Amino acid sequence: MIKQFTLMVESGKNRFGEQEGFETIEIRSGDTLAIVGPTGSGKSALINDIETLAQGDSITGRRVLINGQEPPESFVREPAFKPIALITQNTRCLADLSVEEFLLMHIRARKPGREDLLEETMNLANTFTGESISLKSRMSGLSGGQTRSIMIADALVIGDTPILLLDEIENAGIFKDRVIQSLQRGNKAVILVTHDPYLALTADRRIVMRRGGVASVIESTGEEQQLIEDLALIEDRLHQIREKLRQGASFSSVSAKVLMAPARQSLQLNRL
Amino acid sequence: MKLLIIAGPPSGGKTAVIRQVIKNLPEGSLPAFLKIDVVHATEDQELAEEFNIPVKKIYSGDICPDHMGILVLDDALRWAESLSRNILIIESAGLCLRCTPYTTYSLGIAVISAISGTNSPLKMAPLLALADVAVVTKTDLVSQAEKEVFRESIRKVVPEIDIVETNAIQGTGLRYLMRRITEHPDIGPDQIKLRGAPPLGVCTVCIGKKEIGWKNHFGVIRPLDMPEPLYRGD
Repeated sequence: MIKQFTLMVESGKNRFGEQEGFETIEIRSGDTLAIVGPTGSGKSALINDIETLAQGDSITGRRVLINGQEPPESFVREPAFKPIALITQNTRCLADLSVEEFLLMHIRARKPGREDLLEETMNLANTFTGESISLKSRMSGLSGGQTRSIMIADALVIGDTPILLLDEIENAGIFKDRVIQSLQRGNKAVILVTHDPYLALTADRRIVMRRGGVASVIESTGEEQQLIEDLALIEDRLHQIREKLRQGASFSSVSAKVLMAPARQSLQLNRL
Repeated sequence: MKLLIIAGPPSGGKTAVIRQVIKNLPEGSLPAFLKIDVVHATEDQELAEEFNIPVKKIYSGDICPDHMGILVLDDALRWAESLSRNILIIESAGLCLRCTPYTTYSLGIAVISAISGTNSPLKMAPLLALADVAVVTKTDLVSQAEKEVFRESIRKVVPEIDIVETNAIQGTGLRYLMRRITEHPDIGPDQIKLRGAPPLGVCTVCIGKKEIGWKNHFGVIRPLDMPEPLYRGD
């Protein structure tokens, strides 16, 4: 599998046939890009174009090149050679298989002979999810969050590709911070569709979608650093409250004040 | 003339694939379309209106639609030829999945949806095993891992088959199918025969006689332009 690469997206057209607001987007190892925009603005279509390494044959007409060239057919058609893993929005898996059978079949497709990856995948998946998953569970019987956890662990361990595409990972009640930490290991290029302000702002670049096409690409300049720090505080508070709620807690007016105090203070300071 | 035979279970996306195929045929292609179904189908009219191509439809009623397809196939080829067409697309209703509608000279395309269950390729063995290409549709509805596991399941049945994954509504990934169709040769001089034997039954198609055309068969038969099937033989 290739390790050194540049992925290049060449612009296509939006839903109204207008040229997109960029010429090319280059993506290298270690880059993080966020795709933002309202629902229906073409976010998933963009990552699908990247996943299928479109050559002007999708509805947008975009082309996706690797190292400046049309990628070999095996990159598109043979999972064992595919440099891209995609985690879609689907939180259901319809495969009529146990978790063990499913993962072993995927290992056969992606990494033949590496059955040892099964355990590592399960261990990682279980760090993302609240209620642990067993090898004998049916894929179709897992919860949305459990399915998502398996798919992310599968992409990281069994796929282990240099390019990772994620479609709204924040929506399944999994431990987002642990997922992000895992994604950042291994110098991968990570492209994520997100509605989460913190994830969007911490990316190196933001791709803004509108009317089925890319409207603009915003480079992070450091000016948003303060906002990121504020959001990190709020995120932290939210996380604490969320976890307490999940454990069955209830809050008095005093405890709520205490929980939110540091975030309030920091926000007031910034306003001054 | 080129012959495309497209089969697969109901609601697998056969018509969506055909629509994309017709839309993307190379210049100079003159397609004709034959739809074989049991009691109801509207695809023929839809395709005729959308692409302004000659279409024909046949209802098989009490008879297996794949048997019906075999009986009328040579009439249909002559019909398409008489209209100076150079590609005949046949969509089979594909119900019991034990028949293999593919013939010599044809490009056999099995259409299966990615959401039809991991074991479905095993259940439709001959329909898949004797095809040239397996088109997996609705891949936008499943995760990448699931799509790849489904592919592995097809490979279990037919290790060498050409697999094309698509969201046929959008047409993604079909460039590989179009290339295969473009490169596929015209029908040659020898008599067209079925690739596999249909299951045991009561007419001469059922018992394994592979000739196409009702003139070569006994039992319940039907020419293309006859409204009702008829019985031929003792």
